[in-house]
Amino acid sequence: MKVKVLTRNPDEYLRETKRDIYKVPRNYDPALHPFEAAREYTRALNSVKLEKVFAKPFVGCLEGHKDGVSCLCKHPSQLSTVLSGAFDGEIRMWNLTYRMCIWNVLAHDGIIRGIVFSQSDENFISVGDDKTIKTWKLENSSLSQEEPINTVISKTIITGISHHRTRPIFATCGEVCHLWEETRNEPIQTFKWGVDSLYDIKYNPVQSNLFAACASDRSIILYDARETGPLQKVFMKLRTNKLSWNPMEAVTFTCANEDYNLYTYDIRKLKTPVNVHMDHVEAVIDVDYSPTGKEFVSGSYDKSIRIFEVNKGHSREVYHTRRMQRLTCMGWSLDNKYIISGSDEMNIRLWKARASEKLGVLRPRERAALYYSEALKEKFAAHPQIKRISRHRQVPKYIYNAKAELRTIREKMNRKEANRRAHSKKGAVPFVSERKKHVVRQEV
Amino acid sequence: METTDYRPRKRVRISKKKLAKYNKGEGIDLRENSTRIKNEVIKQKLKKKEVVFNKTVKDTARTELLLTGDYGCLEADCGEVTIQYKQKQIVDNVDITAAAKCFTLNLEFGPYYINYTRNGRHLVLGGRKGHVAALDWVTKKLACEINVMESIHDVSWLHIETMFAVAQKDWVFIYDNQGIELHCLKQMYKVTRLEFLPYHFLLASGSKEGYLAWLDVSIGKFVNSFNSKVGKIAVMTQNPSNAVLCVGDTKGVVSMWSPNSKDPLAKMLCHTQTVAACAVHPYGTYMATSCLDRSVKIWDIRQLAGPMHSYYVRAPVQHLSYSQTGQLAMAMGNVVEVYRSSTDEMKPYMRHRADWTVTSMQFCPYEDILGIGSTRGVSSLLIPGSGEPNFDGLESNPFQTKSQRCEAEVKALLDKIQPELICLDPVAIAEVDTPTFKNKIEATKNLLYLKPKNIDFKPRRTKAKGKGGTAKVVKTKKILKELSRKETIDMLRQTDSPSDTRKTEPQKNYGILNRFLPKSNKKATR
Repeated sequence: MKVKVLTRNPDEYLRETKRDIYKVPRNYDPALHPFEAAREYTRALNSVKLEKVFAKPFVGCLEGHKDGVSCLCKHPSQLSTVLSGAFDGEIRMWNLTYRMCIWNVLAHDGIIRGIVFSQSDENFISVGDDKTIKTWKLENSSLSQEEPINTVISKTIITGISHHRTRPIFATCGEVCHLWEETRNEPIQTFKWGVDSLYDIKYNPVQSNLFAACASDRSIILYDARETGPLQKVFMKLRTNKLSWNPMEAVTFTCANEDYNLYTYDIRKLKTPVNVHMDHVEAVIDVDYSPTGKEFVSGSYDKSIRIFEVNKGHSREVYHTRRMQRLTCMGWSLDNKYIISGSDEMNIRLWKARASEKLGVLRPRERAALYYSEALKEKFAAHPQIKRISRHRQVPKYIYNAKAELRTIREKMNRKEANRRAHSKKGAVPFVSERKKHVVRQEV
Repeated sequence: METTDYRPRKRVRISKKKLAKYNKGEGIDLRENSTRIKNEVIKQKLKKKEVVFNKTVKDTARTELLLTGDYGCLEADCGEVTIQYKQKQIVDNVDITAAAKCFTLNLEFGPYYINYTRNGRHLVLGGRKGHVAALDWVTKKLACEINVMESIHDVSWLHIETMFAVAQKDWVFIYDNQGIELHCLKQMYKVTRLEFLPYHFLLASGSKEGYLAWLDVSIGKFVNSFNSKVGKIAVMTQNPSNAVLCVGDTKGVVSMWSPNSKDPLAKMLCHTQTVAACAVHPYGTYMATSCLDRSVKIWDIRQLAGPMHSYYVRAPVQHLSYSQTGQLAMAMGNVVEVYRSSTDEMKPYMRHRADWTVTSMQFCPYEDILGIGSTRGVSSLLIPGSGEPNFDGLESNPFQTKSQRCEAEVKALLDKIQPELICLDPVAIAEVDTPTFKNKIEATKNLLYLKPKNIDFKPRRTKAKGKGGTAKVVKTKKILKELSRKETIDMLRQTDSPSDTRKTEPQKNYGILNRFLPKSNKKATR
């Protein structure tokens, strides 16, 4: 007779000293882990609820401006440095780590229209309503710098500025579009296309000869610095306020429009936008891409900030506070973690880009747990309960009501169109896709 | 310079059997010619996911290499059979720690009911005459011993070894491991059977009057309680893989109950006489039932099919218990027989003759032990090869310390499955919710037997004699209702059925002679 019975030596399963970690033998046999699906579902539900609990996106507020903030400028290599211009002509430099102003100067007479860093990171250039382009030296220690190192007086009004990614060239817009070299006081090139004023200009960070501008005749104009004239123009139904290039895809840009929507365009096919991003309930004022090129943030006149994914039509996040008024400028920090917003009521606000993200160093186990819950959330994303919780956002009453109103308007128009289609000759009232609806025509 | 050869490291082949054990399902069909997914982006995404899935399955299968424990075994010498070995012989041949696990307690408040904790470390025993004791049976350390001064009908541990429930004369009581009464559950009245569903934190009970009740012990709320209408519930066990209660009744039917519906999820006619005992495999594969006519049947409980095996034994089997490795213990009077499956039938493995009639029986998880309660005490028998040698420390750990227990309790509470998810198929929650054929038929039926629209029926006031009258009004109303019902059905049918696409050629009009045309043509001419 041969017999063997299970005996376990407790020493093999217990820790030797109190300083040891506990021994946890594992057996991954599925039979020992019943209800796998139901438990995973429960965990997914819990993690999606916890995400809501931890969603505290507001980091801090930078006070100091004496008028509304008109523009923001991120330092290309220092995460903590941000410049802001105000409607009273003041420029302030902020340290985001300490959330305080480290330098300020009354730079222009009138509104600051734009600030950009030159490619050397040592200087920055500002333009204002007083038709001047001022170059300033960035010195962290000196607090007494009051004078620009260079001032150029332009012949035309300047409303925007954008710097070339690598070369010492920048473009300004206003009545016409000028191309400047940093060392020269005269524009090296001028582009005109029958428009009296341009509102915004942006250099493409990847295809660095390209730049685009928004014009007052509701058009978006594409320029190539190598050509003598502008390239293309696309007219929309309403005016475009600002645009932003995708930093990872050379051909994509997104523009913030007056008709409450944002439009993502592919420059190879300007006739129709690639995507229409809806959700704002008033004019969108500014837009900025995340450095990953997968998301962008937009600020609107409806006092809310929304974060969109590039390939999605609706926003994944909305930020608002009672004290925040109309947004004027937005920025997505270059470490992809924060969002900076400037608004009418003289404050600059700092937000987290992912509302429930934990700031600071994560321990490996913590990180693993977060990855695990992310995967579970993705796995069970379509379940009604989880979908409902993860999608729900509390919005101010005026936005909620405005949304409902917009919905009724849209439904009414659809119904009317359907009626018209039903009572007219076949093909007389064609179906027009949402993407095509907002573009009037394209000019080359 | 020498160039090193960076050949991919050869990994050990995994057998197909092992892979099948860890397999999570077939996966999506992504082959070029047969896939139904049109979108290339989605296809690529799914392909990547499939790769990850396959890798996970392989990796988990590989971890079997790290398992240290071996199953127990009992092999007979030449000319002998394992069934002839007595407990004494086995005890003499095993090491001293294992031998200490075989013991008998002679107690006088019997008959006794026993229950092991999920990690197999603690034992609670309750005697019919009111004796309750909780102990760590491995170290023989007594946690508490009380007499409740009432009759006891069943005992069950809750999720941890500091609490247990006792079904007493009228109500169910919850005690802690010092014997202090924590709760008295008056809503569980005259309970005969208790079961604890550990992942749902539900204490389920079946009563003398046929009531089933589920109590959520984490929040103290009754989930549901209703009359199952099967009479006295004498046989009740849980299916550990889907938390459904299997109740055997006097008609030979085993019905499966969840707290979500007052009708059983499934009914199986297992025997033609009273079901005497019912046991479900811990991994939810098989169910064994026994009947007073001495038959024992084994069913495939996942497909609700069977019987896979059917036996007649010498005496009616009063109690059944499945071990983790699939051994089946049967108690007939004072004899306990253990069967194990070999190839495709169950073969007798061990036999034990107890001194007294066996009144309850359970295999101890993660140990080669069968605990039996009898009319005069409790004993534990050594059944080699009945327990799983490799436990998972995060699931149930026999060696867990107090702090580990506390942490595990919190974790388990966070993962508590809602009682709404109890259904026959435990993976239903992770599957795509497609309407079944049955549901589709139901839906069409609903359309056809649609409740008619409310008709605002106001009869004209007729002053003429003989024209009014309630009977006539009712009749007209009925006719109108029927008309509107038919109308709605017609409307629905028209919207459902594709419009008649047959080409209707313009027909010649024969004037009055049109009546001789075939019916389909007639329609066209009108």
